[in-house]
Amino acid sequence: MTLNKIIELLKAEPLCISDPNCLHRSFEHVSATDLMSDALALVQSDSEKTILVTGLVHAQSLRTAEMLDINVVVYVRGKIMSEHDHQLAKEMGMNVFTTKASMYDACGILYSNGLLTAVV
Amino acid sequence: MIHQHFRVEKEDYANAGRISSQIKQMLKQLGVSSEVLRRIAISCYEAEINMIIHSYGGEVVLSLTAEGQCELKFADIGPGIEDVEKAMTPGWSTAKASAREFGFGAGMGLPNIKRNCDEFTLTTSPEGTTLVIGFRVL
Repeated sequence: MTLNKIIELLKAEPLCISDPNCLHRSFEHVSATDLMSDALALVQSDSEKTILVTGLVHAQSLRTAEMLDINVVVYVRGKIMSEHDHQLAKEMGMNVFTTKASMYDACGILYSNGLLTAVV
Repeated sequence: MIHQHFRVEKEDYANAGRISSQIKQMLKQLGVSSEVLRRIAISCYEAEINMIIHSYGGEVVLSLTAEGQCELKFADIGPGIEDVEKAMTPGWSTAKASAREFGFGAGMGLPNIKRNCDEFTLTTSPEGTTLVIGFRVL
């Protein structure tokens, strides 16, 4: 599913777009967690096809995505980044969105539309 | 051949991950494959976070030999790991609430590092802990 479609399903808004082409790229896997240790330990899917969904609005969710080579992060519950984190996201080439959906609802929407877990 | 030192300060949460990011970029520019690079980045980041959360500070030393062996040494100045066996058990953690606030302290760090590297040596005493992890990059 294209990132454009994912964003539409989640009614998400962009917070930082470093690579506009990523909107047309296809994604298949989701890592949904507020525990960065879990993401680092468990994500096994192709990072180019994986998005990180989290309620942790912090530089460390961006750092975790960076280490995993994931460059799309979606914050749930309408959370937004600080100016510092926005700058960091730009430097990393990260694409960051926010949705008003809860973690539960965001995962339900993505799962019922065919996206798979990143824990393969 | 590369040999570079990076300083890590106690509880420097604002800069957590910066060293791992620099090391990842350096190794990427040297042509390390994405599969190995991801394992190095995950291990380095977990170890850097551990030093920030648990230690009084220390340094990270990156070494890369012409033969293609990458070594990362994390040496801190204490207080040491009280029970290494427990520290290596997934889910066991002594992290403070401040670490949990930014998504760490779930007790997955050391087991995850060991799983991702090719060589793993951990020595600890109240004077300090030294973790050396190795990767074959060529």
